[in-house]
Amino acid sequence: MTLPSLTAEPDVGAGDPAPAERPDTVRAGRSPGGRRTTARERLEIVAFVSPALVLLGLFVVWPVLSAVRMSLYRWRGFGPMDDFVGLDNYRRVLTDDVFTQAVTHNLVIVVLSIAIQLPLGLAVALLLNRRMRGRGVVRTLIFVPYVLAEVIAGVIWFQLMIPDTGVVDGLLGGVGVTPPDQGFLGTPGLALWAVMAVLTWKYLGLAILLLLAGLQSVPEEVYEAAQLDGASWWQTQRRIVVPLLGPTIRTWCFLSMIGSLQLFDMVWVLTGGGPANATTTMATYLVTQGTQRGNYGIAGAASVVLFVIGVVMAALYQRLVLRRDTEDAR
Amino acid sequence: MSTVTGPATPARTGGRLADPAVAVVALAVVAVSVGPVVYGALNGFRSNEQIASDPAGLPSPWRLDNYTTVLTNPDFWRYAANSMVVAALTTLVAVGAGVMAAYPLARYRFRLREPLFMVFVLGLLFPLATAIIPLFVLITRDLQLSNTWWGVALPQAAFALPVTVVILRPFLMALPRELEEAALIDGASRLGVFWRIALPLSLPALITVGVLAFVGSWNSYLLPLLLLQGEMRTLPLGVADYSTQYSADTAGVLAFTTVATLPALILFLALQGRIVNGLQGAVKG
Repeated sequence: MTLPSLTAEPDVGAGDPAPAERPDTVRAGRSPGGRRTTARERLEIVAFVSPALVLLGLFVVWPVLSAVRMSLYRWRGFGPMDDFVGLDNYRRVLTDDVFTQAVTHNLVIVVLSIAIQLPLGLAVALLLNRRMRGRGVVRTLIFVPYVLAEVIAGVIWFQLMIPDTGVVDGLLGGVGVTPPDQGFLGTPGLALWAVMAVLTWKYLGLAILLLLAGLQSVPEEVYEAAQLDGASWWQTQRRIVVPLLGPTIRTWCFLSMIGSLQLFDMVWVLTGGGPANATTTMATYLVTQGTQRGNYGIAGAASVVLFVIGVVMAALYQRLVLRRDTEDAR
Repeated sequence: MSTVTGPATPARTGGRLADPAVAVVALAVVAVSVGPVVYGALNGFRSNEQIASDPAGLPSPWRLDNYTTVLTNPDFWRYAANSMVVAALTTLVAVGAGVMAAYPLARYRFRLREPLFMVFVLGLLFPLATAIIPLFVLITRDLQLSNTWWGVALPQAAFALPVTVVILRPFLMALPRELEEAALIDGASRLGVFWRIALPLSLPALITVGVLAFVGSWNSYLLPLLLLQGEMRTLPLGVADYSTQYSADTAGVLAFTTVATLPALILFLALQGRIVNGLQGAVKG
């Protein structure tokens, strides 16, 4: 059932006829742990690894590098790329209000996703972390929104939020709230919040599930010891269980952050970045510039900015937050 | 928030008194999670007039014509077939290349092993959105693969590789070495050991990463959006286009969407345990 973690040692097989032998003893002959790699082994390694490296190089690394090159030219997508403009595209991107708004939207989504989903997810996970009938079913159903394609979820929510005839407006009208005329997705001041709400719906299940899985690895004795010491349920959760969940929480935050920076599908389907650029993200900006307007240089510069923001945030997070986990592991 | 449970309740078992509160929370979360999906499915059984007169009502009478329209729509089946082929190719390439790369990273000892592994870990930081415009140029202009299955599947497999390798390597490392060593002593080649012993033993992990790659491809939108047109479109594109084209036909859109959801949903729910473990493995690793 469980996947072994990085540090897992091979089990000394219980059903093994000769389990007494220590698994790590250096064996004579062709041990795979031999000191030197022979020419033959080197050839084998190259053969095994090269398909993956070729794919990674061609479709992942090269495009990113070529975005850098593209960003230095004015290029409309056809003909030779020879109109070198230096950093002009960057100047234009960084002074474009639409782009700076897009960056702001991304950062708002990064912060809000964590600020909303983490406490909510933790609360639900802690409450559900007990033996109860139907727990498996509950966990499965909570996961459903995550399984749906963002596009599909977006289309469903778009229909739910259609002004007047949509069910959201219907329900709000039922409790006496007047929904906005243009609908939630059509009102500039509300659209980003509406997108945020749908994203929370879509990704909360993943947070809950990962946190529940993390809770499974908290040993039973911890609860017993805390109980013996007279700790209340709340004290136990807050002082003992949540800190033990630290690594899971920190990694989830990291994944959530990276995802928020790349946000495209949901926005594209729900609002297309509108109304009046109220929900543009960096990704919708660069796709619009590149494929719809043919401003490949601008799109390249925006890609590089997005990449740099992502790497800087990941590096900072790694340094400031995740390093504790790697140190703990030693 | 969590004060619903009284203090001094036994931690894990939860006092009997606390259970109704927990059940309420559980039900509420479940209702919010599946509500919109169920609503979509139900409204597929209504007519637009029914929906307009009472947005939150139940179908009365139940009508099948929205669903029969979808299921007899040749476009739907074409999109589904495209999605299936692209997802299958993506999975095959990602898992194949991934397990081949993970194997030496787990079993051989060589100087560049850890740096090589780091290449894949760093690959997690190269997201599709960053590379999409140059990728679009590369595939349409340089490789001439626009509007083909491979043009979408190969880059998708490449972007699925990092997570595949990151999940598979620790799994392969934890497989008992004894079998492989015995086979080597008996004169089997490395390739034979990989093919006959390591691969079958790692089947559970291969299924996990395979399902992740498959569902990732099945749900993907950005790359197909830029590369596929007309008859080559995949289901997410088809759903999105259908909903823009017939946005007034709420019932029809919801029926189309619901049917398009089913394959991934069924696959995912059937293999739920494995996926969660895989994701958890990725989080831990």
